[in-house]
Amino acid sequence: MAIDVQPSPPRGPETTTATSPPRRAVPLLVWNVLAVVLGVGIWTVLARIGVSGLPGPQEVAVRAGELTMDGTLLDDSLASLRRVLIGFALGSALAIPVGFLMGWYRTARGLIEPYVQFFRTIPPLAVIPLAILLMGIGETPKIFVIFLAAFLSCVVSTFQGVVSVDSTMINAARVLGANDAVVFRRVVVPASTPFILVGMRVGLGAAWATLVAAELIAAQEGLGYRMQQAQIYYDLPSIFVGLITIGVLGLLMDRLLLAAEKRLTGWQERR
Amino acid sequence: MTEKISFRATTRTFEVGGKPFHALREVDLDIADREFVTVVGPSGCGKSTLMNIAAGLVEPTSGEVLVDSRPVRGPSPERGVIFQQYALFPWLTVRENVEFGLRIAKVGRAQRRARAQHFIDLVGLGDFADALPRMLSGGMRQRCAIARAYAVDPGVLLMDEPFGALDALTRVQMQDQLLDTWGTERRTVMFITHDVDEAVYLANRVVVMAARPGRVQEVIDVDLPYPRTEAVRLSPEFSRIRNRVWRAVYHQTPQEGASR
Repeated sequence: MAIDVQPSPPRGPETTTATSPPRRAVPLLVWNVLAVVLGVGIWTVLARIGVSGLPGPQEVAVRAGELTMDGTLLDDSLASLRRVLIGFALGSALAIPVGFLMGWYRTARGLIEPYVQFFRTIPPLAVIPLAILLMGIGETPKIFVIFLAAFLSCVVSTFQGVVSVDSTMINAARVLGANDAVVFRRVVVPASTPFILVGMRVGLGAAWATLVAAELIAAQEGLGYRMQQAQIYYDLPSIFVGLITIGVLGLLMDRLLLAAEKRLTGWQERR
Repeated sequence: MTEKISFRATTRTFEVGGKPFHALREVDLDIADREFVTVVGPSGCGKSTLMNIAAGLVEPTSGEVLVDSRPVRGPSPERGVIFQQYALFPWLTVRENVEFGLRIAKVGRAQRRARAQHFIDLVGLGDFADALPRMLSGGMRQRCAIARAYAVDPGVLLMDEPFGALDALTRVQMQDQLLDTWGTERRTVMFITHDVDEAVYLANRVVVMAARPGRVQEVIDVDLPYPRTEAVRLSPEFSRIRNRVWRAVYHQTPQEGASR
């Protein structure tokens, strides 16, 4: 998941872009594909020269095929996706209003910020033992831990977004007759959208990062659970399948959010 | 002439390091209806504070500002403000920016469109009505901000160094265009600047302010005819007034035994 965020090309009016000569640059995607091919190549070489126990790409592909055929890969992926999505959705859904409250009302900030900052210093994984004792071993503690991870990343970012809204812009709205409610809805919300989306992307990353650990909690299925099982049986190809699936799913979801970001915040001036 | 804006012993103090600092001390100033007044002075003379008090964005520590004989209590669409940093809403197009105040005032769609279009055309942005602010140059952004302020039909326009961030050439064009706009849509204008030429070129009267404490040093009438043209800008009368304003700005006698 290391493909960097590409800055969107400026979408100026045709009149300005048409005059600049098109540059004969290799598209970034070509380099991305090349990197993947190279990576797989190096992996193959490492497996061939016998790095102890390392399965090669073919071996992993075969295992992926098997796991797909018998349906476990799909079931595990769906189980994990479900947890990530529910945890992430709940986390963001709570983080956005709380972030707005903290940014908009000093009192709310004073009341909430100590808790946010405190829980931010605790890795969500460290909450797992407590979550098990309080919530049992069902879906609740797993989703809760993912929720916590997503919430904490997103809330700080939303809060930052609201605090950094240009005060001149707020004044401009006020002198045009806007009251607090209108300033909030028509200025603060759109102005902090870029921050919120960045927060959601970070939150999504945190949600995936927490997933495997959350599935340590007596799960019956899920990518993390499958990898745990594979570890017990020294089944390295399955571990690779799990890792790659998590990476691909995470990347896909990140791209979706990135697309939303481009759509919603295309008005931004970017370098 | 009837007064549109009256500053009455307007004082504003800030605490700096536990000591009170007079941004403005007992400023008295009357601005007539439909008059174009520029306020010029060194930095720290409180000219922006004065404008912000008139806008209702800053409260005076003592004294008051009357607009249409009523004391100012907070911002109102009756007093349009144009900021140096344009303060356009970057997620809205030029048209949507200009319609912003009309939307708040719940003006109907058709009328909103028509009014916005009128002022967009007036400032010469007709071809860019659907462009986002990031596609516009600094001068075009400020023209959009001027159209936005005009659209809600304020009786007073308060401008805080609106052309301060523009290059010298664009500045001159913007000054001419502002005077054109003001000629067709006459409003009371209070225009803050630190540029002596700009202050003289635009105004009926130039208010020269002094710092420490912020106060009115001198008010200078500009007896030059409108429309102002290049001929006016290059005339000996213009330079005579400019020289007078220049001396008032740059050769101020310190008060209060202020030492730097």
